[in-house]
Amino acid sequence: MEATLRGHAHKYGKNVDTDVIIPGKYCNIVDQTELGKHALEGLDPEYVSRMKSGDIIVADTNFGCGSSREVAPIAIKASGTAAVIAKSFARIFYRNALNIGLPIFESAEAVDGIESGDEIELEPASGIVRNLTRGTEYRAAEFPPFMRSLIDAGGLVPYVEGRLAAADR
Amino acid sequence: MGMTLTEKILARHAGLPRVEPGQIINAKVDLVLANELSAAVAIGVMRKIKGASKVFDPGKIALVADHFVPAKDAQSASLARLMKDFAAEQKIEHFFDVGRGGIEHVVLPEEGLVAPGELIVGGDSHTCTYGAFGAFATGMGSTDVAAAFVLGEVWLKVPASIKLVYSGTPGPMVYAKDIMLRTVGELGIDGATYRAIEYHGTTVDELSITGRITMANMAIEAGAKNGIFHADAKTIAYVKERTDRPFVVERADADALYERVIEIDISALEPQVACPHTPDNVHPISEVTRDDLRVDQVFIGSCTNGYIDDLRIVAKILEGRQIASNLRVIVNPGSQKVWMQAAQEGVLTTLAAAGCAVNTPGCGACFGGHMGTLGDGERAISTTNRNYVGRMGSPKAEIYLASPATCAASALTGRITDPRVLELAGV
Repeated sequence: MEATLRGHAHKYGKNVDTDVIIPGKYCNIVDQTELGKHALEGLDPEYVSRMKSGDIIVADTNFGCGSSREVAPIAIKASGTAAVIAKSFARIFYRNALNIGLPIFESAEAVDGIESGDEIELEPASGIVRNLTRGTEYRAAEFPPFMRSLIDAGGLVPYVEGRLAAADR
Repeated sequence: MGMTLTEKILARHAGLPRVEPGQIINAKVDLVLANELSAAVAIGVMRKIKGASKVFDPGKIALVADHFVPAKDAQSASLARLMKDFAAEQKIEHFFDVGRGGIEHVVLPEEGLVAPGELIVGGDSHTCTYGAFGAFATGMGSTDVAAAFVLGEVWLKVPASIKLVYSGTPGPMVYAKDIMLRTVGELGIDGATYRAIEYHGTTVDELSITGRITMANMAIEAGAKNGIFHADAKTIAYVKERTDRPFVVERADADALYERVIEIDISALEPQVACPHTPDNVHPISEVTRDDLRVDQVFIGSCTNGYIDDLRIVAKILEGRQIASNLRVIVNPGSQKVWMQAAQEGVLTTLAAAGCAVNTPGCGACFGGHMGTLGDGERAISTTNRNYVGRMGSPKAEIYLASPATCAASALTGRITDPRVLELAGV
C-alpha cells in the first residue's frame, strides 16, 4: 500500500483537458522525464518550474477530459506531482491514472476546502485528505472493490500476469 | 426489465444473460485498435508483462499509422517503425502504413473491420466512432490496450444509458455535424461522463452512414463511454459490401431502462458553431457571425468530417470560385480510399483550383501535431472535434468547430459565415 504523501496544492478550474495537460506536439516523446518537463504546459506554463516534487494538483470537475493519451497522467507523474485531487475525473483519464500508478482522489469537499499553496497530506490507502494549513480533513470517494483490488495488486500489469499464469495452469 | 443496446452487447461479450449499470464485467473483444502513438506505449507495456509473448489473435488487432505521418521528424518515424516491426513480429493482419490506410476511424469501417453487435476497444478516444454501426466501441489508454492485446478481454464498468430521441428534418445547409454540436452543447462536456449515448428517432433513421459516423464520433465530446446507433438496412448493406464475417444485430428492449431520455427537435436548427475553447460552447451561427470574425485557416478533414460526402459538400460550395485571399484552406481526405474517390470524381481538382492545399490523410492538423498547426493569435474554423486551448497548435490560437458547409462558406468570405447565405445567393 502506498505511503502517506505530503505536498503543496496547485489549484485549477474545471475541465482541465488532456490537450493542456500534455499538448499534442509532445505526444511522440517516449522519455518520461522529458514528458514531465511539459506537464500542464498548455494551462500553466510555469507549473513545472514552480512546483516542488511531491506537490499536488487540485482541480474542479471533469479533470483529464478529451484524448485517451496515456502520456497525460505519465507527464503529471513524471513531473514529480504526487497526486491529483479533483471533484470528478473524465473516464479514460481515470482508468489511465490507475493503470500507470498516479494516485487520484475524488472529493468535491476537499477541492472546495483547499487553496493554492495549502499544505496537504494524503493517505492513498484510506482516501484521507488533510489540509494541514487549515486543519481540515476529508475523505475521498472509495474505489469500487474491483478497482481497489487492481490498485492493491500494483496496477493492470500484475493483474494481466495473474490471468496469464492462471490460464497456464 | 429489459436491456439497452449497450447492455445487450456487453452481456453477450461477457457471457452473461444480463448486465446492469455499475456492474464490472470481463468482456471478450472483437477488435483492438492502436495508432503509432498509443501502440508505441502499449508495446512497451506488453514487453513488461511476464508470460506475454504473443497477442491473443493476430487477426483481431488493427494498427494504423496516422497521427504523426508522414513522419514529422525522426522521433515520430521511430514510433511508426516500432509499430511496423511489432506488426511483422506478431503477424498482425490489419496493419495500415502510410499510403495504405489513413485515419484509423475512417479506415476500419471502410475495410470491413467493424460490424453491428461487435465490441471494439482502441487506443484513441474517438474509437467511439464505430457506434455508428451498432457496435459497442470505446477509447482506452495504452496500458488497457496492452492488456487487451494479450488477453483478448477487457474489464468494463457497464454504463448507464442516455437515450437521445431526434425528430424533424434538417433545414438547408444543416448537417449531422450541426445536430451533434447542438447535442454536445446541450449535454455539456461532462454531461454523459461514464454513460452510453443511444441515438434514436426519425432524424437519425434518415441520416446517411457518414452522418451517423460524425455523431457517434463526438460522443466522447460529451464525456460518453460510447455512442451507439441501431443497425438498420443501410448499416447492414454497408458492412456486407465489405466483409463476409458473420455478426449479430442487437436491439434495445422496449422496456430497457434509461437514466435520461432527451428529445431534440431539429426542425428549426440553424448551422451550429462550437466557439473557443470547449466543444460544448455551442451557438447557432446567427449568434456567431460578425464582420470582424476573420479566420486565418480553414481545416476540412478528421475522423469527424473527412469522408467523401464531406468533401463533396465543400467542393460544391467552392466550385468555380476562389477562397478569400487572406486565409489558407487545408483539406485532408480521411483515408487513401476517400482520397482516391475524391480524385476520381474531380473533387480534389475543384478544391485545389479554388486555392485549397490538399494533403495526404492523417490526424496531424486536428491535434496540433503537424501539417496545419496554428500560430499565436491565429483563428481557425475547422470540421474537427475539439477546440481546447492549444489543440491545433498555439495556446494563443482560437478554434471554431463547424460543419464542412459552414467551413467552406467561411473559406469564401474569409470570416465565419452562415452557409445559408450562400445558398440564398445561389452558390
